[in-house]
Amino acid sequence: MGYGFAAILRRDLLLAFRNRGEIANPVIFFFIVVTLVPLGLTPEASRLAEIAPGILWVMALLASLLSVEGLFHSDYRDGTLEQLVISPQPLYLMVLAKILAHWLITGLPLTLLAPVLGMMLSLPAAGYLPLVLGLLMGTAVLSLLGAIGAGLTVALRKGGLLLSLIVMPLYMPVLIFGASAVQRSVDGFSVQGPLAVMGALLAFSLLVAPFATAGALRVSMHG
Amino acid sequence: MIFRFDSFQHFLQMDGHGGYVWSAYLIAILVMVWLVAGPLFRQSRVRQTVTRELRRETARHHSAGEAGKE
Amino acid sequence: MWQWFHRLGSPRWFYQTSGKWLPWLAGITFVLLLVGLVWGLGFAPRDAKQGNSFRIIYIHVPASFLALAGYYVMAIAGAVGLIWKMKLADMVMKSAAPLGAALTFVALVTGAIWGKPTWGTYWVWDARITSMLVLLFLYMGVMALQHSYTSVDAANKASAVLSLVGMVNIPIIYKSVDWWYTLHQPATIKFTEAPTMHPDMFHPLLVMIVGFYCFYALVLILNTRSEILHRERRSSWVKDVVLQNQR
Repeated sequence: MGYGFAAILRRDLLLAFRNRGEIANPVIFFFIVVTLVPLGLTPEASRLAEIAPGILWVMALLASLLSVEGLFHSDYRDGTLEQLVISPQPLYLMVLAKILAHWLITGLPLTLLAPVLGMMLSLPAAGYLPLVLGLLMGTAVLSLLGAIGAGLTVALRKGGLLLSLIVMPLYMPVLIFGASAVQRSVDGFSVQGPLAVMGALLAFSLLVAPFATAGALRVSMHG
Repeated sequence: MIFRFDSFQHFLQMDGHGGYVWSAYLIAILVMVWLVAGPLFRQSRVRQTVTRELRRETARHHSAGEAGKE
Repeated sequence: MWQWFHRLGSPRWFYQTSGKWLPWLAGITFVLLLVGLVWGLGFAPRDAKQGNSFRIIYIHVPASFLALAGYYVMAIAGAVGLIWKMKLADMVMKSAAPLGAALTFVALVTGAIWGKPTWGTYWVWDARITSMLVLLFLYMGVMALQHSYTSVDAANKASAVLSLVGMVNIPIIYKSVDWWYTLHQPATIKFTEAPTMHPDMFHPLLVMIVGFYCFYALVLILNTRSEILHRERRSSWVKDVVLQNQR
């Protein structure tokens, strides 16, 4: 049982490592859109600092959303997904392995890059720790929720826009608690509350989302 | 229970809030009429296509029967 | 018990039985809505603070109730369709999506119109309005997914899964939006929906709420019936129904 999990995780990470260019894409996207903000708004540090928590979170969310579309695509096209769905191994674990791989490839780099971008948007010093902690858990929740949408739209030819339509409303709690943790810390309040809720969201979606994704994949494969 | 307005004019104006109240009610009523009319319209269209198919079927039966006689 | 359950699942049985009840339901709905409308518009006292604009409550609140309840109806019908493979439940789910979206739209628009005289602006990022907007997005997602599948069966299953996910998420989304709003609540804007409404104001609201529930049931049944006819148009019983109506 654990073997299937490890095998899929290793395979997905290996595939990602071989196409390093693709791993970099969401990170570059994150970088570029954050650069657009001072260009479109103002280079003034004090005003940027005001909106930095929200901007960073919204952009991280979009980067994660864009990358989750490809989660099952290549597996669907070359038939691997069919094998996964009909294999005797529990689909829940296999899906979890794929999501974990996705998070390691996109969520983790985004989290690690965020402090650099925070600095460029002159995020006050108190904001960095809750930003990283929140993104660490939050991007995992985003990957988990996004996988449901990716599973539902994998068989459709034009799934991309539909996927964002489906998934974005589900992302909202993550955005609310993630961004407000940073904001509260900047304003000098305790961040335990929002971060604890984020942890709860992570635990809950870990339990439920792979299950829903497995159901979605079954629907996509067999109608 | 009493009618709260002195005149029809007053009822329409609602002390300056008439535009808001009436437009809100109008939009709601339009949407609700549309909600009821939609399925009724769809149903009558399905009935029409079924009727047409039935007519075609009976016509085919007739012509087939006549062909058998000859 | 199971025989009853399976009979309920038969679209033909549903079509014939609902046909008998439909005129009654339509009549009750019409009377309730008419009474509530006239009562609310003309006979309820005006609000001391908001004046006559408060009369919008008689459509705004019932529409909001049904918008949320409608999502649960849709998701539960979807679950029944997924678990027991009941065709009828799938049709109910498909019919509930546009209906719920339309009611959400009504709630949003009437709320915005109400906002103008009350808050001085059409749009306020208030917790309830924002949640309602998210609900509209959830409905739209289900509808978009439903329309993008070519196979009817796959479309139903996919949108059932999505509406179940949405149903689980709705309380979380609502709670987090509430929490978000208390953080940012501007002190000047305060929406007072008095917890103790005067009975003269409350009774017409009650009539309207019951009327909207009946309306919801009516439209859901109408939608489901047209869906049944459309999907079973090649079966012999539909042909019989059409023939009978012509005579």
